Amino acid sequence: MSRIEQTFARCRQSGRKALITFITAGDPEPGVTVPLLHALVANGADILELGVPFSDPMAEGPVIQAACERALAHNVSLNRVLDMVREFRQTDSRTPIVLMGYLNPIEVMGYRRFAQAAAEAGADGVITVDLPPEEGEELNAALIEHGLDPILLLAPTSSPARIRQICDAARGFVYYVSLKGVTGAASLDIANVAERVAAIRAVSKLPIGVGFGISSPEAAARVAEVADAVVVGSALVRLVAQHQNDSMKIREAAGAFIASLRQAMDQSQAAKA
Amino acid sequence: MSNSTDAHSETIDFSRYPDDRGHFGPYGGRFVAETLMAPLEELKAAYERYRNDPEFLAELEYDFQHYVGRPSPLYYAERLTKHLGGAKIYLKREDLNHTGAHKINNAIGQALLAKRMGKKRVIAETGAGQHGVATATVAARFGMECVVYMGAEDVQRQSPNVFRMKLLGAEVVPVHSGTRTLKDALNEAMRDWVTNVDNTFYIIGTVAGPHPYPMMVRDFQSVIGRETKRQFLAAEGRLPDALVACVGGGSNAMGLFYPFLQDKSVALYGVEAGGLGVASGQHAARFAGGRPGVLHGNRTYLLEDDDGQILGTHSISAGLDYPGVGPEHAWLHDIKRVNYENITDDEAMEGFETLTRLEGIIPALESSHAIAYAMKLAPRMRKDQTMVVNLSGRGDKDINTVARLKGISL
Repeated sequence: MSRIEQTFARCRQSGRKALITFITAGDPEPGVTVPLLHALVANGADILELGVPFSDPMAEGPVIQAACERALAHNVSLNRVLDMVREFRQTDSRTPIVLMGYLNPIEVMGYRRFAQAAAEAGADGVITVDLPPEEGEELNAALIEHGLDPILLLAPTSSPARIRQICDAARGFVYYVSLKGVTGAASLDIANVAERVAAIRAVSKLPIGVGFGISSPEAAARVAEVADAVVVGSALVRLVAQHQNDSMKIREAAGAFIASLRQAMDQSQAAKA
Repeated sequence: MSNSTDAHSETIDFSRYPDDRGHFGPYGGRFVAETLMAPLEELKAAYERYRNDPEFLAELEYDFQHYVGRPSPLYYAERLTKHLGGAKIYLKREDLNHTGAHKINNAIGQALLAKRMGKKRVIAETGAGQHGVATATVAARFGMECVVYMGAEDVQRQSPNVFRMKLLGAEVVPVHSGTRTLKDALNEAMRDWVTNVDNTFYIIGTVAGPHPYPMMVRDFQSVIGRETKRQFLAAEGRLPDALVACVGGGSNAMGLFYPFLQDKSVALYGVEAGGLGVASGQHAARFAGGRPGVLHGNRTYLLEDDDGQILGTHSISAGLDYPGVGPEHAWLHDIKRVNYENITDDEAMEGFETLTRLEGIIPALESSHAIAYAMKLAPRMRKDQTMVVNLSGRGDKDINTVARLKGISL
């Protein structure tokens, strides 16, 4: 069983929903990232999404765009991100890491070389934001061959046929983008999310993570009621930006925020049980 | 003059490209976040429905004639020809279109499609401002809300066009992220589109982006090549020996070249911005200095660093200042149907001044790259040979830039 499968199995057994946190690698500078990842785990994160900085992050809102720019100012390349994963793995062999980024840096490295290097570093899954399944067969096959899960996105606009196609190509879990728009946008329509998650469940056994627009403990708790995992990104990256000159403060603020989401999610699950 | 075709391209039926998923050989395709897949399918379906619809085409033709002012003239540049002492040079006068460039051909086409799709809001990205002006213009005419994204640096260097867009009722949003130029404006327009897909039509200004844009924009711009062919046959009784056009994203070049791709005797030259010279690293010559990658929804030649980050580009001309190029160009490059050359800022300025002084036509700095290459090519050709240079836009928008380069304050 992969680390991602084990994590979801553990969550199911203990009656809790998975909390997935996103930060951009190397934001605001490379030394911050690995200690921050450990702090997120210590405060209740189950799966870590690690953003690979890209110069043209087309699907990101201003918060994560700025994070990419801060990281790129330190020349944080895909290779350096893999070094961070390797460093993290020295003291945590349990928490899955999902790399999230855009296709071009992977193209430059080469699909097979990337899959091999990411697997060796200790990554567990890969989300390639701008790679729909139609264009992704070759990369996804290379990932699977090296034991990595290609994690695909589903959108409110995805047709039933596409939901099926995407779930067939995905491994580990699927990521439902809960609103039209870029990362960090404001509103979240929970009834609509529940409906779409049910439609995905009808065609796939994969766990479903829901992200985009989740910025408070309340929102996380409500999403946890319908999804298998709650993904929080921009709200966390915003805290990193707020405290960018003090790495200790970043860990404190991010840790406290994640702990508050964890608590709200677990309480709502306990109330349900 | 080099032979522009090889054995491979002779057997290709160019009208069959792209394939159903938008591929030109290994290039093109659709590399976008899942949220955009449905709107792109909707757009493709609408375009497939109307591209051969007689009523749609009649409306487009009416606007080409009565609003844009087509056909644009094919002008024999006699003094330029004599000055260079080689091939006979004709200019395709896209600078005489309404709004002063070829961009309006595509903006009208996409706006008519938007109207049929019931979209009340149009958005666009712009570099030099020509596509932004064209989009703002058609939005005013069709009574649509219009938002134009423009890199903050371009807002500075193309201020007359910014003012024109505002006069036309468009909102101009300066983009401060990344390199603050065209590529970042495109990112921002995509972000707007993904957020407002229900009521918004994204009018992309060049033959790039996810399928069906490269095909659709090429088709709308092909009016340039179709007219050129007809006009040239009427003037000379044969086909030209060479066509020359500048290539940023590549829509004016694609529009001129496309109806001639099957005509093997016609050599095709696409001219990229060489900036301060390819060796300097300060340029936008994707074929001379780049390699294939994925950006803005398509696979194509890109200027990028060893980590796959997209590089900033430099050109005297904002319209050529883009790190990618249309995917059909990438394919035509690889199969050697089109020769891609580059022209430096200094050479482009020389083309600008030469055409202005010899023909009384002030070319856009983008088009000045094509003129400058024609000035190199013509003397290498015989006097009984001919070429057509696409004069894609007029230079009024660039007079501030030119004055600044000459150290003159206006």
